[in-house]
Amino acid sequence: MQFLYSGITSGSIYALVAIGFNIIYNTTGLINFAQGEFVVLGGMLMYTTLTMFGLNIFSAFLITFILMFLVGILFERVFLRYVRLKTEINLITVTIALAIILRGIAMMIWGRDSLAVPSYVEEKTVLLVGGSITSQSLVVIVVCFFTAIVLSTFFKYTKYGKAFRACHDDQVASTICGIDVNLIRMLSFAIASFLGALAGAIVAPITFVTYTDGVMSGLKGFSAAILGGLGSFWGGLFGGFLLGVIEGFFAFILPSGFKDAFAFIILLLILFVKPSGLFGKKKAVRV
Amino acid sequence: MVLVFTTVALADIKLGAIFSITGPASYLGLPEKQTLEMLVEELNKKNGINGEKIDLIIYDDKGEDAEARKKFLRLVQNDKVIAVIGPSRTGTSLAIKELAQEMGIPLISVAASKTIVYPVQKYIFKTPQSDEQAVEKIYDYLKKNGKKKIAIITSQDGFGDTGRNALIAEAKNYELEVVADERFKDTDKDMTSQLSKIAAKKPDAVICWGVGPAPAVIAKNYKQLNMNIPLFMSHGVASKKFIELAGAAADGIYLPAGRLVVVDKLPDSDKYKPILMAYKKSFEAKFNSHVSPFGGYAYDAFHLFKMAVEKAGKDKAKIADALQNVKGFVGVTGVFNMSKDDHNGLGKESFMMIRIKNGEWEIAE
Repeated sequence: MQFLYSGITSGSIYALVAIGFNIIYNTTGLINFAQGEFVVLGGMLMYTTLTMFGLNIFSAFLITFILMFLVGILFERVFLRYVRLKTEINLITVTIALAIILRGIAMMIWGRDSLAVPSYVEEKTVLLVGGSITSQSLVVIVVCFFTAIVLSTFFKYTKYGKAFRACHDDQVASTICGIDVNLIRMLSFAIASFLGALAGAIVAPITFVTYTDGVMSGLKGFSAAILGGLGSFWGGLFGGFLLGVIEGFFAFILPSGFKDAFAFIILLLILFVKPSGLFGKKKAVRV
Repeated sequence: MVLVFTTVALADIKLGAIFSITGPASYLGLPEKQTLEMLVEELNKKNGINGEKIDLIIYDDKGEDAEARKKFLRLVQNDKVIAVIGPSRTGTSLAIKELAQEMGIPLISVAASKTIVYPVQKYIFKTPQSDEQAVEKIYDYLKKNGKKKIAIITSQDGFGDTGRNALIAEAKNYELEVVADERFKDTDKDMTSQLSKIAAKKPDAVICWGVGPAPAVIAKNYKQLNMNIPLFMSHGVASKKFIELAGAAADGIYLPAGRLVVVDKLPDSDKYKPILMAYKKSFEAKFNSHVSPFGGYAYDAFHLFKMAVEKAGKDKAKIADALQNVKGFVGVTGVFNMSKDDHNGLGKESFMMIRIKNGEWEIAE
């Protein structure tokens, strides 16, 4: 049973990253490959505010979130907005470039060593049937569900949420209806960056934070988003947990060296059978 | 390009060095460079070797193979050095060892891998211990404590692979049975799957081989699963950083490490203590930072060079012969007994078994 709890722990991290991917996809149709770097920056800022400046947890979170919200705004305002030819492939390439730049900056500021962020809750082991999970992992899981609920409600039922989705469907039509597309695009990056910071901040006590972490968490989070179906928050959540549990399961029954390979084989198989992902909707395109 | 000259007017003995002073392995190269500069300065104040002063030329290879090759050629062709100390990494050392052998330049590497000095070549030497010696040290300890079944969990990278091969190969010689052989990636966030699999096999000891944050995650997961089996780690985690990351979960972990980390706790009768304390004191007074085992490798390399030149003069082939005949030299890393079959010369006693207790290193033997 332990593989299940292990999978849920790593899965909740993938899920949070996947949700970040979905926010930007839902409004701009872009894949933001710097999402993993947002997570790293979140963790690093928590380290800076908590450990280096000795602030209390509340102000540390607040400062981290505000800074990362601003990073998201700058990211879109400065870099994406000034790309001359705004095709999807160009903009996605820009996010890859920015991911590399952010990684370099993180290395210069915080160095190459892994940083340890102190735990926010008392470190306890919760015994469950056939295994155990830590109190920190439970926090991550709860935050994960909470975010999915808040975001899917926001996007489905509120006026602003609908505006975000309208931008994804048709930017010209949205503009005609009076939606400020530029503002919405900017906000979607800001929210994604904020969410990345949230993910980074709450997982840092479990996994530590190293400047290269963004590569792998970005990749796994992206896979989770694809697995669940791009654009669906519940899909991202479920995709993350599924990917984590599959990894844990294969690490348990097979030589653990193959676990990543098998997790990705399962991912491929699902995509062969259902290319839009488990929860993805087929999009009808009128010609 | 970083170019560092220790200026000594009209010097006679030209010694070259290549370290990874910048780049990803700067944590190796920097203390090595500092140590070497300090030693040369001290020796030149005391009239050098046989009355001749040493002209030290250090280049930075940034941890890159091509750069190391370029710098090596420059040292030999332009600077006309008679021997080279370094490089800092296994990869860069392997990249220049054939050159050194062909050109007949004595090379004393400060990188760890056994492949640098095996098979033995006339001009190639190294000062750090090999992974095999760390494995032997752990197995010795396990055997002494009557352990029979072991589980290993190793990282999927160069360090983990070498460790895993050595762990599996040596197990037979120590009558140990490897009941579980698990792997992990440096980026893995949760290792409880692998660990619970290990726990089910009921080994007498678990050995983890890796560097970076992953071993700290394993230490935490180990506590989470409440595994009461002794946990051993490699010399790769013998740094304060590991204790900082793993926190309370580091307590009780055993690992082999050089004596330098526990020098304060060594008994006064220990034959290494005087040389270790002398090195530690002069390094820490001069650079105001903690002494590291890596600087120690350069310390030993320089003393080997000095002994060889004192005996053989400035002829390169004779220096190599003199290096091969070094016996019983007590260095910072251990006792060097070179021979025609062993151009490292260290034994497993160059490691000590250490145990982590309340965030501090303790001698475990």
